[in-house]
Amino acid sequence: MSALLLQDLRKTYRNGFAALKGIDLEVAPGDFFALLGPNGAGKSTAIGIVSSLVNKSSGRVEVFGLDLDLDPEGVKSCIGLVPQEFNFNQWEPVAEIVVNQAGFYGIPRKQAWIRAEESLRQLELWDRRREQAMSLSGGMKRRLMIARALVHKPRLLILDEPTAGVDIEIRRSMWSFLTEINRQGTTIILTTHYLEEAESLCRNIAIINQGRIAEHSSMKKLLNQLHNEAFVLSIEQDLTGIDQLGGYQWQRLDEHTLEVEVSRGQSINGLFQTLAQHGLEVTSMRNKQNRLEQLFIGMVNASRRGEAK
Amino acid sequence: MTRFSRYRIAFQAILTKEILRFSRIWIQTLLPPAITTMLYFIIFGNLIGQRIGKMDGVRYIDFIVPGLILMAVITNSYSNVVSSFFSSKYQRHVEELLISPVPSWVILSGYVAGGVARGVLVGIVVTCVSLFFSDLDIRSYGWTLAVFVLTSILFALGGFINAVYAKSFDDISIIPTFVLTPLTYLGGVFYSISLLPEVWQKISLANPVLYMVNAFRYGLLGVTDIPIGVALAIILLFIAGLTAFSLHLLNHGVGIKS
Repeated sequence: MSALLLQDLRKTYRNGFAALKGIDLEVAPGDFFALLGPNGAGKSTAIGIVSSLVNKSSGRVEVFGLDLDLDPEGVKSCIGLVPQEFNFNQWEPVAEIVVNQAGFYGIPRKQAWIRAEESLRQLELWDRRREQAMSLSGGMKRRLMIARALVHKPRLLILDEPTAGVDIEIRRSMWSFLTEINRQGTTIILTTHYLEEAESLCRNIAIINQGRIAEHSSMKKLLNQLHNEAFVLSIEQDLTGIDQLGGYQWQRLDEHTLEVEVSRGQSINGLFQTLAQHGLEVTSMRNKQNRLEQLFIGMVNASRRGEAK
Repeated sequence: MTRFSRYRIAFQAILTKEILRFSRIWIQTLLPPAITTMLYFIIFGNLIGQRIGKMDGVRYIDFIVPGLILMAVITNSYSNVVSSFFSSKYQRHVEELLISPVPSWVILSGYVAGGVARGVLVGIVVTCVSLFFSDLDIRSYGWTLAVFVLTSILFALGGFINAVYAKSFDDISIIPTFVLTPLTYLGGVFYSISLLPEVWQKISLANPVLYMVNAFRYGLLGVTDIPIGVALAIILLFIAGLTAFSLHLLNHGVGIKS
């Protein structure tokens, strides 16, 4: 049984725009799954259909073996959604937002308060429980939406760009919180524009582009598809006078900075040995581009070229 | 937990949310009707009413009491649901309900009950104000209460439909201003339709508010222009029609889902 199964899912809006052109997707229970794609690719439409915010045109949605058409309430009970935009009553106190949401899932008010306290404490919002939601900072509002989504203990948590506009410190604390939730058994589907976030958190990935699935595999397999990887190295010595570095493609960015491409079949160890042979000492090294980002851009561009033909 | 218990808890959650919402802003929701009604009683009841004398065999100030109470109930039941549901669409927190395992009829019942709660509360406030100007001698408590609640339900449903179709804040004030207020003022709040020329009496019969005001006046004073059985049937018919239409809108996600 899959945590999420989409079969030939299609959505055409009233204005004729086909947002989804028949996508098939399977997410295993317990997975931390990345759903990526450029803006307007169909990610939010797919999430909207799964969480009952958008009516599908055709196709099948199954969550933990429950069919959305046959048992919508069963499906909804399994899902917690953290949407892209703030969608709570800004005038309501923080705790009430979470308690009310618990009530909508049939949790009695007394128990709802206990659950709300648990969720809000986990996300460090309990001290702000009496304040109107509008008084929270952007990062706190994002955390409030996560607390609200978790109050009924969903088996599948869908996060639609949960860290958009959040500073790096809060983003990192949210990553460790989500990793912990996933470790405890909650299946997580994440959409994000921060590809390093997807690369470090997710085990499996699907890329949607122009309403179709362009790639669906494990993160490891996908990253193995990279034919070459570019690194930027800072070198202690002056690079003037260096004209070749073994079989490596390279270019000098300035007297002390080098960009090197390591192709499949070549190794970073080999690169270091070559540099050492030239008497060059590396003081720091970084990827020129995030690996997933490199693949993602390549796939999206290839898909666009295919569409243009 | 049974499915019914889950629905009951969800209904209570929506209703509590609604009651807390209008209670938090009581200066905007509960106070204005009391002041407006007091002005009506002072100007129309006391100053002008003394010159009018009796209407349908009762003092003019007593004659307008049922209409004024019902007018406050109508306006507040309607505006509570229209503003609350539209605001939930506008701020997108209606999504909290749409993603939850709450059937459409529970969502509708919760919002309507919220409208009824505000309508009834305002009705009680206005009734208390009226006691300063008129000696209320209620003829039928059962009938009075039934019309009070049914009218509130009917206009709460109307407010819900308005909110579903509304796309801007202008849209939620158009119907109350251009439809609801004229219908209420022409619904026999301040006069008996027997005073109108025959053709206008017939036209007035097309106004649903007339039936509610008269049914309520019958409960309070024992006088009416309309057979009360007909009035009750009309109110129930409207409630059934508006409920079916509201559920159709919710089930198809009109105005709330793409």
